[in-house]
Amino acid sequence: MTKIHVRDFDFFYGASKVLHGISMDMPDKQVTALIGPSGCGKSTFLRSINRMNDIIPDARHDGLIEIDGKNVYGGGTDAVELRRRVGMVFQKSNPFPKSIFDNVAYGLKIGGMRNRRQLNEIVEKSLTRAALWDEVKDRLQTSAFALSGGQQQRLCIARALAVDPEILLMDEPASALDPIATAKIEELIYELKDNFTIVIVTHNMQQAARVSDRTAFFMLGKLVEYSETKTIFMNPKQKMTEDYVTGRFG
Amino acid sequence: MSVMVRRRIVSRIAETLCAGAVLLALVPLALILFYVLRQGIGALNIAFFTEMPKPVGEPGGGMANAIVGTLILIGIAALFAVPIGCVCGIHLAEYPDTKFSSVVRFAADVMNGVPSIVVGIFAYGIVVLPVKRFSAIAGGIALGLLMLPIVVRTTEELLRLVPAGLREGALALGATRGRAVFTVIVPAALPGILTGILVAIARVAGETAPLLFTSFNNRFWSTNLGQPIASLTVQVFSYAISPYEDWHRQAWAGAFLLVAIILTLSILARLSVRGLEKMNRP
Amino acid sequence: MTMHRHFDDDIEAIKDMLLRMGALIEDAISQSIRALLDRDTKMAEEVIARDDEIDQMELAIDKRTIELIAKMQPAASDLRFVATIMKITPELERIADLAQDVCERVIELNREPQFKPVTQLPQLAENAQKMVREALDAFVRGDAMLARQVIRHDDVVDQLTEDSFRALLTYMMENPRNISPAIRLTFIGKYFERMADNATNICEMVVYLVEGKMIKHTAPDSP
Repeated sequence: MTKIHVRDFDFFYGASKVLHGISMDMPDKQVTALIGPSGCGKSTFLRSINRMNDIIPDARHDGLIEIDGKNVYGGGTDAVELRRRVGMVFQKSNPFPKSIFDNVAYGLKIGGMRNRRQLNEIVEKSLTRAALWDEVKDRLQTSAFALSGGQQQRLCIARALAVDPEILLMDEPASALDPIATAKIEELIYELKDNFTIVIVTHNMQQAARVSDRTAFFMLGKLVEYSETKTIFMNPKQKMTEDYVTGRFG
Repeated sequence: MSVMVRRRIVSRIAETLCAGAVLLALVPLALILFYVLRQGIGALNIAFFTEMPKPVGEPGGGMANAIVGTLILIGIAALFAVPIGCVCGIHLAEYPDTKFSSVVRFAADVMNGVPSIVVGIFAYGIVVLPVKRFSAIAGGIALGLLMLPIVVRTTEELLRLVPAGLREGALALGATRGRAVFTVIVPAALPGILTGILVAIARVAGETAPLLFTSFNNRFWSTNLGQPIASLTVQVFSYAISPYEDWHRQAWAGAFLLVAIILTLSILARLSVRGLEKMNRP
Repeated sequence: MTMHRHFDDDIEAIKDMLLRMGALIEDAISQSIRALLDRDTKMAEEVIARDDEIDQMELAIDKRTIELIAKMQPAASDLRFVATIMKITPELERIADLAQDVCERVIELNREPQFKPVTQLPQLAENAQKMVREALDAFVRGDAMLARQVIRHDDVVDQLTEDSFRALLTYMMENPRNISPAIRLTFIGKYFERMADNATNICEMVVYLVEGKMIKHTAPDSP
């Protein structure tokens, strides 16, 4: 079942067009990886899905992105509301200068939840889902900055999960982490896809191969090939994809 | 001479020059502190804090009214400058590239460079002249005007130092822009902003010139904001230029107290920042 | 601390497929022996018919394994495991083919009158069967010692092959009528001997899997 439906999506920064007619359907409760060389537009595309690009002046778009058949950029969609349904995890972990607990509870609190018991419950559940609970349960009130890089990133994932989104966008979530922390994040992604639709941007092709069900290869703002991950890595249809995944690119 | 030796010599010379410059800067500072301490501490006693000034010729007495006056003036200044300055700073940080922002920023920079006596005259013109009376309010506003640009600029700079990722993180969780600013960005910069405010207070607490035309002075106990009010700086000034030995002694004590207040504020700034930064640090 | 990896689930799944394939092959061997001893054409035909299932399993294992390499870039013991799978699977498939060949010869033999019993042949078949079974056991348990034992046992099988060949040769020299069935039986002996060779190859890969040592083409017990 299609969760995110994209048709002829263009994106411009001022006069320069950075995405050209992207069309793809991302299935529900699966991991879709966006790969491609730097500057290929994959991050811009990812950030179009939850309208994070709205905050950039001079940016505009054309074409359609639908989630569950509802136009993301349509008149009836509020960007703030949308972002509660479409969580995001960034390349650089960005915990707030608050306690571990308050970080996870942030989205709930700005959503108006005040019930302490309910907050406790969801914070625990989110941290558990992010495979961090056991490591932090005894120090929920300490600063989030006391955590290691990998833990901070899992905290950011827990924070995103706490508002119970349907979709999780991940912008190179492990690129700043060491291999062990990366492996943990990847395992986590694998676990999370039971409940969430995940779109992940990664520079690391092997990571895309490991975690994703479907892979989209972007190049110069165009979607070159989009297919099952094993097809992309075993038998891509496009020469450009082949060159990229075999490292012959350049 | 080998390159190595030459480098080592040049390095040694540079180090010596640096150390010399530091000493040169520290010596007057240390001398001032030492002098104020030596002269002031001897003149300090309980009476200085608790008693009112005595008429000329009568020995003893204190500066209780001036101490309280200074605190009131600083309070008014902060009450006036901090909210306006912070809101201004937030605006500048949030909308850095608008025409309005560049005008505000330029104005703040100009205000920062205006001599304090000019600010005093300005406050005299707009607050004292219309009611034809010196007042604590006028003095507070004059000090506030001096604080304002410092608060505006430090707030702006510190907010801009907050990593963009925090804003994105908040927005991505469904926060509105305002929500993100007030729940994440400002708290992240708060320790720094608070330091800026305390530094600004410390800076104006030592001002004399703007008070001469505004709060003037008052030999009597007064907490009435509409009336002239005594302040440590003005009191020190008038005592110091008087011909009386006992007043000279009290002027030193006042000067010492001022230094102590500023020092305390600085330490307070450090401590409060440390407390607030608990969440900003491992 | 070892972390759970979903990669391990994939490895388990492949291992499972390989074991199911192994079970089918053990069945095929024992049925081919039954068919040979009981002159049971029907059973022989059954074995031949079921070979297709084994071929399909080989394809499925290959596909899964290649996908695993493409997606997971295995390293160290994972890499050795995947390499082992890729080398064991064709050996198993080959064994199944040999069982099928045995059955084809059995069907041909059954069209002719019963031939004199060659005592070494059932013994040879059972030894080969035992080697295949133990090779699979060694793989499942990661037991290099058992694997080495199986490899050494190949000499016994070779000897039995030689013995049965000599016996059959004697029959052929006695009477030219014996030539046709005796040659078929010689083939069958050769097939079982090949099965034992394939089992040996599997065991060599098991040693590689466990110890990372490639013992192929070296003397059996050299370090």
